[in-house]
Amino acid sequence: MAADGTADVETRARRDGAAAGGTAEIEIVGLTKVFGRGSEAARALDEVNLTVRRGEFFTLLGPSGCGKTTLLRMIAGFEQPTRGAIRIDGRDVAGLGPNRRPVNTVFQSYALFPHMTAAENIGFGLRMLGRPRREVEAKVAEMLRLVRMEPMANRRPAAISGGQQQRVALARALAPRPRVLLLDEPLSALDLKLRKEMQGELKRLQAETGITFVFVTHDQEEALTMSDRIAVMDRGRILQVGSPRAIYDRPADRFVADFIGDTNFLEAVVVRSVGDAATVRLPSGAVRAASVPEGLAPVAGGRVTVVVRPEHAALAEDGELVGVVEEAVYFGTDTHLHVRLDTGGRFTLRRQNMAGDHAPEPGAAVTIRIAESGLRVLRP
Amino acid sequence: MTTVRERLQADAAPPDAEAAAALAAGRRRWLLLAPALVVLVLAASGPLLVVLAYSFLTPGTFGGVRWELSAEGWFRVFFARDIFDPETVRLNHAHASIFWRSVSLAFQTTVICALLGFPTAWFIANRPERTRAVWLFVITIPFWTNLLIRTFAIQEVIRNEGLVNSVLMALGLIQAPIQMLYTDFAILVGMAYVFLPLMVLPLYAAMDRLDPRLLEAAYDLYASRVRVLWHVVLPLVKPGLIAGSILVFIPSIGAYVTPRVLGGGRNLMLANLIELQFGQGRNWPLGAALAVTLLVIVLFALFVYLRFASKDEDPRRA
Repeated sequence: MAADGTADVETRARRDGAAAGGTAEIEIVGLTKVFGRGSEAARALDEVNLTVRRGEFFTLLGPSGCGKTTLLRMIAGFEQPTRGAIRIDGRDVAGLGPNRRPVNTVFQSYALFPHMTAAENIGFGLRMLGRPRREVEAKVAEMLRLVRMEPMANRRPAAISGGQQQRVALARALAPRPRVLLLDEPLSALDLKLRKEMQGELKRLQAETGITFVFVTHDQEEALTMSDRIAVMDRGRILQVGSPRAIYDRPADRFVADFIGDTNFLEAVVVRSVGDAATVRLPSGAVRAASVPEGLAPVAGGRVTVVVRPEHAALAEDGELVGVVEEAVYFGTDTHLHVRLDTGGRFTLRRQNMAGDHAPEPGAAVTIRIAESGLRVLRP
Repeated sequence: MTTVRERLQADAAPPDAEAAAALAAGRRRWLLLAPALVVLVLAASGPLLVVLAYSFLTPGTFGGVRWELSAEGWFRVFFARDIFDPETVRLNHAHASIFWRSVSLAFQTTVICALLGFPTAWFIANRPERTRAVWLFVITIPFWTNLLIRTFAIQEVIRNEGLVNSVLMALGLIQAPIQMLYTDFAILVGMAYVFLPLMVLPLYAAMDRLDPRLLEAAYDLYASRVRVLWHVVLPLVKPGLIAGSILVFIPSIGAYVTPRVLGGGRNLMLANLIELQFGQGRNWPLGAALAVTLLVIVLFALFVYLRFASKDEDPRRA
C-alpha cells in the first residue's frame, strides 16, 4: 500500500521522471466540503476539480480561509468529503483512514513526537508498517543523511532548532516512501533566511526522491519560485491552475492578478477579438493587442479590465499612458514609481536603477510605454 | 578632577550598600517564608514527631501513654505473644494479612481508577471547550456530599436486598442474592467510586495539554487507533497517570470509612487496625507504631513507583 521501501531513490526518481507530464497521481472530482449544518453551515470547498501529475511539485496557493488546508486534509484523510471523490494512484480512497493512504503529511507545526529522538521520529512510520528492524534502521540512517541531520539523530525535538525540527519532520514523512507528500505551510514558522534555505532543500529533496509534492502556502513568492504548477484558490474554489509563469503572466481573473505580484488594472474597450487574442482601446485612446484567458470570448465594443505588470511597462518618449509621478519609492535594485494618470486612476511602474541615473522626482510629467504582450484581458 | 574623585568614591561605596541590601533582602525572604515554615513545622512535622515519639513509649492502663521508653509497640507490629506464655513469640499473622490486604486493595483501586478514569478523562478532554467545564464540574459533584453518606449509599446498592441484587433477581438471572456487602469486593467498589475523581482530574490536565496534531501525525504515519493510543497518547499523558495513581493510592491504603462501612467488622484495613489500638485496644504505642509503618509503606511505594515511572525519561525533558 505504501511505496515499496526497497526501490532505491534514484531508480524511483528516474522512473517517475519519465512518467511525469501525463500520469495522474491525484484526481479530485467535484469535491465539496461543508462544515456544520443548517444556518451555520460553511462551505469550505465548492465543487473542486483537480489533477496532480505524478512526480510534480504542486502548490495550492491562496489567502487564509480559502480552503487550501481543508483540501490537503481531505487528501490526507483527516476530513471526509461532503460530496465528490479523491483518487490516489487511480484508487478511490473514500472511507480510508490516514493510516491506510499512501500519503504522508508535513505539518505546519511539525508535530514531532516530543518523547522520541529525531531517529525514532523518522522511523515511526516504518515501525508502524511492521518493517523489520534492520530495514528501519537502514532507512532512518539514509533519511538522516538525506536531510543532513546525522549529528542530531539522538536528540529530542525540544533540543534542536526550528529549522532542524523541520528537517526531521520532512524525513519522518518521506521515510515510508509515500506516493504523495503533503506539506501544510511547512516554512511559515521559519525566519526569512532559513525559509530561503529550506525552499532550496525542499526542491532538492523532491528531485532526489521523485515523490509527488503537494505544497500549501499563502506566500505567492514561495509558490512562484518552487512549484511546477500552482492552483490559486479563493473561497473554496480553484480559480486557475497553471505553471508559475502562466499564472503570473496570464492571470485569469482579477483575484489571481491581484493576489500574485503587483498589478495595474486599466479599464478598456474591446475593438476586436479572435481566439485567445484581442485588440483593446485604452482610456488614452491607444489601441493595443492583449492576450485573453482560455474560453473567454470578449465581445467587440464591450468593456473589459486589462492588467499590466509593473515591470511590463517603462518610461519612454512616446507611450500609451501619460501622467504625473506622485511618489518614487527606492528599493535598491529598482525604484517603484506611482503615477497618477491623466485619464484617471493610478499606475505603478518598476524602473531598474542604473549607475549614475536618476529616477523622475514626484511631480514630474512622464509618458509610459507598455511592453509588447504586456496586456492581459481579465475574466469579468 | 573633583568630579572624577566623586565618581570614584561613588564607585567605592556600593559594596557596603550592596551587602546591606543583600542582608535586608535575605531577612525579608525569611520573613515572607515564615508563614509557610510555621505551617510546615507545626502542622506537618509536629504531629508526626509526636506519633513517632509515642510509638516508643509504654501504653497507659486507660489509654494514653506512660513516659517510659519501650520498644514493645514496635515489637507487636510484627510479632504476637502467646496469651498464656508471654515469652512464646510468633510472627503476627493477623497484622501481616491486614498489611497485605491494605496494599493489595489500594493497588487494585488504583488500577480500577486508571482503567475507568482514562476513558473518562479522554471523553472530557475531547468535548468542545464550552462543555468541558460542565463535565469537570459533574465529576467533582460527589465531593459535595459527606463521604460517610456516599458510602452508606453504596451499601444500599450492593446489599443483599439492595438495588443490584433485586434487579438481578427480578430479571431471573440469579436465584439467591450475591453476597457483595462486607467483602473485599465491596471495599474495592467503594474506594474506586470515592477516589475516581482524583484520577480523572490530573489525567484530564495532561490530556488537555496534548497536541491533537501529534495524534494526527501518528495516524498519518500508518498507526492504527490502538497504536496511536499506545505509542503516542500513553507516553505523553504518563505524568498525569503517575500523579493520579499517587493521589488514589495514598488515600486508598489509609482508607478508614470505606472498609469500616462496606467491609463490616471482618475485613479490616490498616486504618481500622490503627483506630482499634487507640480505641478499644488502649495500646497507643502500638497504634503509633502502626501509623509510622503505614507512612513508611507509602513512602516506599512512592519511591518504587517514581523510580519505575521515570525509567523512560520525562518526555518534556530536553
